[in-house]
Amino acid sequence: MELHELNIQETHGLLSSRKISSEELTRAYLERIQRLDPQVKSYVTVSGDVALEQAKKADERIKSGEGLTPLTGIPYSAKDSISTRGVNTTCSSRILENYKPFYDSTAIKKLNSASSVLLGKNNMDEFGMGSSTENSGFFTTRNPWNFDHVPGGSSGGSAAAVAAGLAPFTLGEDTGGSVRHPASFCGVTGLKTTYGRVSRYGLIPLVSSFDTIGPMARSAYDVALVLEAIAGHDPKDSTSRIEPVQSYSESLKKAESLRGLRIGIPKEYFVEGLDKDVDASVRAAIKQVESLGAEVMEVSLPHTQYAIPVYYLILFAEASSNLAKYDGVRFGMSERKTGDLMDVYLKTREAGFGAETKRRIMLGTFALSAGYYDAYYLKAQKVRALIRQDFQKAFETCDALITPVAPTTAFRIGEKISNPLDMYLSDVFVVAVNLAGIPAMSVPCGFSNGLPIGVQVMGPHLSEETLLRIGHLYQMQTDWHTKHPPL
Amino acid sequence: MQQTYEPIIGLEVHAELLTRSKMFCGCEVVDSITAKPNRFICPVCTGQPGALPVLNKKAVELAVKVGLALECEIHTESIFARKNYFYPDLPKGYQISQYDQPLATDGKLLIETESGVKEIRIRRVHLEEDTGKLSHADAHSFIDYNRSGVPLLEIVTEPDLRSPDEAKAYATALHAILRYLDVNSGDMEKGVIRFEANVSVRKMGSDQLNARTEIKNLNSFRSLAQGIEYEIARQTEIYSRGGVVEQETVGFNESTGKTYSQRGKEEAHDYRYFPEPDLPPLVLDADWIESIRATLPELPDAKTKRFISDFGLTPLDARFLTSDLSLADYFERVASHSKSPAKSVHSWIAGEFMRYINESGIKIDDVTLLPESFAKLIDMVTDKTIGGNSAKVVLSEMLQHGGYPAQIVQEKGLAQVSDESFIQEAVTKVLNDNPSEVEKYLAGKETLLQWFVGQVARSTKGKADPSVTRELLVKELEERRR
Ligand SMILES: [Zn+2]
Repeated sequence: MELHELNIQETHGLLSSRKISSEELTRAYLERIQRLDPQVKSYVTVSGDVALEQAKKADERIKSGEGLTPLTGIPYSAKDSISTRGVNTTCSSRILENYKPFYDSTAIKKLNSASSVLLGKNNMDEFGMGSSTENSGFFTTRNPWNFDHVPGGSSGGSAAAVAAGLAPFTLGEDTGGSVRHPASFCGVTGLKTTYGRVSRYGLIPLVSSFDTIGPMARSAYDVALVLEAIAGHDPKDSTSRIEPVQSYSESLKKAESLRGLRIGIPKEYFVEGLDKDVDASVRAAIKQVESLGAEVMEVSLPHTQYAIPVYYLILFAEASSNLAKYDGVRFGMSERKTGDLMDVYLKTREAGFGAETKRRIMLGTFALSAGYYDAYYLKAQKVRALIRQDFQKAFETCDALITPVAPTTAFRIGEKISNPLDMYLSDVFVVAVNLAGIPAMSVPCGFSNGLPIGVQVMGPHLSEETLLRIGHLYQMQTDWHTKHPPL
Repeated sequence: MQQTYEPIIGLEVHAELLTRSKMFCGCEVVDSITAKPNRFICPVCTGQPGALPVLNKKAVELAVKVGLALECEIHTESIFARKNYFYPDLPKGYQISQYDQPLATDGKLLIETESGVKEIRIRRVHLEEDTGKLSHADAHSFIDYNRSGVPLLEIVTEPDLRSPDEAKAYATALHAILRYLDVNSGDMEKGVIRFEANVSVRKMGSDQLNARTEIKNLNSFRSLAQGIEYEIARQTEIYSRGGVVEQETVGFNESTGKTYSQRGKEEAHDYRYFPEPDLPPLVLDADWIESIRATLPELPDAKTKRFISDFGLTPLDARFLTSDLSLADYFERVASHSKSPAKSVHSWIAGEFMRYINESGIKIDDVTLLPESFAKLIDMVTDKTIGGNSAKVVLSEMLQHGGYPAQIVQEKGLAQVSDESFIQEAVTKVLNDNPSEVEKYLAGKETLLQWFVGQVARSTKGKADPSVTRELLVKELEERRR
């Protein structure tokens, strides 16, 4: 096996037994990125110097043998909306093209304290607005399984990097499926965490009330290792959860079966428009889970059909406000050569934002305007409460729900970009989770025409342990997650 | 013409809260005039991407204090909201404020008016963050974010005020309460309290609501009264010639005393308020609110009543003293050490002492004169050890250079003399030296008597007891008449 095919646990074994140094490992990844990423295009920034410096520090720590964690010396990448001090953080937007944050986000800080090694920052749809990375202000990332197809989005660069062996794990960010959707398209394991489980401090917001940082890796077990490192209460994030973080990996080691677990299958997620192969693979995964001892039952989430409009309305509204700070005054792009203050605002935002971002800012500004607020934003919040209740009710009778992640496998580049509504609908199975703030995971469960299929496991708030257990035991029985694209 | 219209006035007061750190980050709150620009800033208060607000509990505590002092209902759940607009002093592109669920509502404040005490209803009290400060020079604009994120309290009245004087009385009373609660420094010249007035006028007796103008940048009591006065006159003039007042936002120019149009109704901001998703609802414990109520100090109204009953002061005198906590405290300390009637203490404090404060610009809190010494001096006047004019000299000496009254009186030889032979000598000399004034007096211009008293006082350096002087002067002048 090659280095880039190893999972975190295996790599940690090589590092701690000093069969390989973090520096050697890091150089191997940097070399692979240099060789393959010009085709995959998963990285916006490769932070080679920072990586090598961090790797040397990790090696010293490994030598001293003190304070080692499973992530010490392990390279990783991060979605480009997660602030990294001194390393460009662009949100794949021209408006932040040369923006270097003065501070690290809390999640990055935690990985720094574990002596993990930052390889670089991954491409995304601009500010997270999209499901294909085609809305990146720079370039479109390709699906490592087939370069003619999208990697999904908005954390498409992150998913592609892990799938292509350009990072052993990555930090994605999920606002409305942005971790699960590309994880499914690229055949990696991705966890959307409970809202507030991982600090948002330093995460450049798209929708403050939906955004969650979540790990993507080659297995549920690896995801558990990363989650342990980055989760927890943060006094700098008033919306972060105070509950202590469980030892997920320990619990996975002990897990043997899913006996006693009740799994709900929401009928609203198996509807017309669902690709036949996707349907078959997801149903096969459900059978597999059943064979592990879980009890499977049909449930209903009756307000599912409203999830897309509600999600997008709230997104437009919050995003229009969150993106107001990009005004050319303090950081990022600033078109201030001529004209007055209004010209600076207009020219900077005209030149800096892409078409989809502008569309959403305008829709959000409209939805929040006097006279429309009640009809749009307020009504959306009311329906959001109903969707949340759907889940609460379902979780009274079952411990987790299983659904597809996306109606199809990865679509072709350019296929949906001219039709925003069609693009929005590819999020139909993922956005309700964000409206409810619950965790959900995408696990590889098959292929169709050489493109990966993902199955989604959802659970109540803070049920990450349950989701990881289901994913882990499933992966002990299957090998979909161990497949590598031919690069 | 003027009498047939009445003004309807509502006030919005923005007061900075005296917390050590800012509203949503750990940056220190500094004097925004003297501190070096942009030294007290961080990712949160400069709106760096990804930074998040964390609420300063102290700001909430101070806001609750004010709400309680204004007899508001304090809401155990309130919501922060984003007020969206673009301006370079607003780094996030929105201000975190409170909108439809503020911290406190439905309070009141009593003010003294010509026709007696009047209740002004308080609509709401809410928390928000201050903006940065802009300055302009050489075709450039500069932004200082030291002030960005400083906690502000917004206190909004119902439109209950009916004159510039009432508005000023309300502002002064509120200023006093903020000082009593120690939640605001009260330094108006540093902009820690700022006013906005909503003014409309209507025909007397009408209950119609006419278009109102919102006057911004009123930064002193004087500007407040002037701005309102100007707006009332302007609107009255428009109506009386059959015109229509436009609903608009106006600025106030301190040097011309006039308002000028800033934004019409068409350009009015739509702030697109919505609940701030980065902050959970502000939930307060009812017991905690009660524990804050228990710490409230004696407020101006209560102190006024006590000064009237304990010291026998008139309501007007008492209210003058209690309008400023430092002044009230100083008065009380002097009065407690003095054997003289409180009325004398009041007249010394309201008179000479305040004249010194106003002329020197020294703050009452910085006065070094011990209340004991001041009391002793007043007592020396009361028991006629020294005359009033001499006492003024001694007070001035003590305020400027310190010292004890008895010592200064002795050093300067200011002790009052009621020995008749000493005074008689001076009286004779004054009358001999001013024969023409004597003649005029004897011809019937008796008002000159006071002038002669003054001359004697001058020649004896104020030592002569004025009542004895007067007696001897009359006697000798009558003798000369014969
Ligand atoms: Zn700050």
